[in-house]
Amino acid sequence: MTEQLPPGLALQKVDERIMTLNVGPQHPGSGHMRIIVQIDGDYIVACDPDPGYVHRGEEKMAEYRNYITNIPHLERPVIHDSCNVLYPYVLGVEELVGIEVPERAKYVRVIASELNRCIYTMYWLAIYGIFLGHSTMFMWPAGDRELLIDLMEKMSGARVTHAHFVPGGVRNDLPPNFEDVCLRQVNYFEKRIKEYSAVFYDNPILIARTKDTGILSREDAIRLGTTGSVLRASGVDYDLRKKEPYDVYEELDVHTNVMKEGDSYARSKIPWLDMLESCNIIRQALQKMPKSGSVRTKLKPNPKGKGLNSVYKRVESGRGSLGCYIVSDGKTEPYRLKLSVGSFRNLIALPYLLKGEKLGNMPSVYWSLNYWPVEADR
Amino acid sequence: MSSNSEKPDADETPKVNVPSTAKKSELPMFEKSISDKIVEKFGDKVEVTFVKEDRVGIKSGKENIHDVAEFIRDALHYDHVESVSGVDYPQNKEIEVVYHIGSYSDSSLARQILVLSTSAQREENPIPGNDATRLPTLRDIFYSVEFHEREVFEMFGVYFEGHPDNRRLLLPEDWADLPPLRKDFAIKGR
Repeated sequence: MTEQLPPGLALQKVDERIMTLNVGPQHPGSGHMRIIVQIDGDYIVACDPDPGYVHRGEEKMAEYRNYITNIPHLERPVIHDSCNVLYPYVLGVEELVGIEVPERAKYVRVIASELNRCIYTMYWLAIYGIFLGHSTMFMWPAGDRELLIDLMEKMSGARVTHAHFVPGGVRNDLPPNFEDVCLRQVNYFEKRIKEYSAVFYDNPILIARTKDTGILSREDAIRLGTTGSVLRASGVDYDLRKKEPYDVYEELDVHTNVMKEGDSYARSKIPWLDMLESCNIIRQALQKMPKSGSVRTKLKPNPKGKGLNSVYKRVESGRGSLGCYIVSDGKTEPYRLKLSVGSFRNLIALPYLLKGEKLGNMPSVYWSLNYWPVEADR
Repeated sequence: MSSNSEKPDADETPKVNVPSTAKKSELPMFEKSISDKIVEKFGDKVEVTFVKEDRVGIKSGKENIHDVAEFIRDALHYDHVESVSGVDYPQNKEIEVVYHIGSYSDSSLARQILVLSTSAQREENPIPGNDATRLPTLRDIFYSVEFHEREVFEMFGVYFEGHPDNRRLLLPEDWADLPPLRKDFAIKGR
């Protein structure tokens, strides 16, 4: 019977005790997606995530635009983390067309990428806070985020969606006096987010709601192919900035944050620890960056890939490994472009984590996956 | 399109962002040893498409893809799939499916991505799920392909035999057009 009916319309026999509940897509607790949960009383017995409500066909669009006009629309999946979304694409195009990047540009990219990681994580933390009923944790990150948004505005001219990275470097040089302002803001930012631990991470209510809920074991984290904070919260020491350093990460001292618990609490704490680490990286990069020099190797107009060739580049974004697979057939447009995003990869863990949990724990487990619906749908 | 003669060998492609020259000469040896192990085991059944820094490309027919994947997991210690991409080649009448496979548990493979590809027959008038565009699923070997293969099915119409859940994932349930990432699905106005 299930064979003839279109997918999604197949009839099922449901036990009378079990109730099917659609959480989303309009429900604010699910983001722009639907989570179909089956509950027995207060306990979740099955969960079926249904993404796709914000699918925009980025990959299809990329086949119709050339390597430069692809830049502004490819950062749309995560506008708060736009530099990191573009990063693997830009690295891939650089390899395809064969262009070198000036040293100073590599440092500017690292700074922009770390600032964006913090901007994204603060936004995520604000949402995580409000869905656990912690209004302060919504207001504080939303406000402190402005510090770094101002820095990115100084650097690129736009508050979000910077379109700052281009194959061959970055779009423009840092404004005068940027290093001093950046150092000052980042130091203050670090001081501020350290205060979050007292109000949020050491808060007994948060601990009661997230400790020992939604435990993902190390073996399952590897088997399910999770990435980023979800993977590192389960005790796997894997960060691409350390394991496969791109640009100048090799010359910087990057510490990988790992926790062994694998519960919602660990998954929500890792991104916060990563922000503190980002502050360290930005300070190192500011110190080591060449004080002057070119920041962009000019591409020829309408760059072409060389023959039938493919390249797969990946970077560590705010949500884990972000890969970009570009197939070129020697034309000015990519033949095929695929974004392999952390959110999509971590989604597979959701049904496992929610099985057997109470329905009330759903928001804390779901948001602890560091999931961004728009990125997962692309 | 994906035959050996047309894909340039890795040694000819220029390297960008290579930090030190020492690495350049050392690393491809390691990648070569990985591809050698696979060729040693499967011989003519597989084809090495490229060997470049941190990336090894292997192409296999759909009859052997399951065995090759099992060998990659058990003997070479790759443990998860990062991405499954379909690539449509209408002129060759095939849809290529590319698995990017990595490893968390073996630290010597942390930088490596094994690019395993195979091809499914392409239909001019596809009936997704009920035509010859089929491949064996790798979900029983790499659990992480579950959602990725669902995406390839809806976007390219490649049905994965043995996959427990071939429903749509991102597209609307009532989508009645061609699988949208095929080349013959044109964007209006372009």
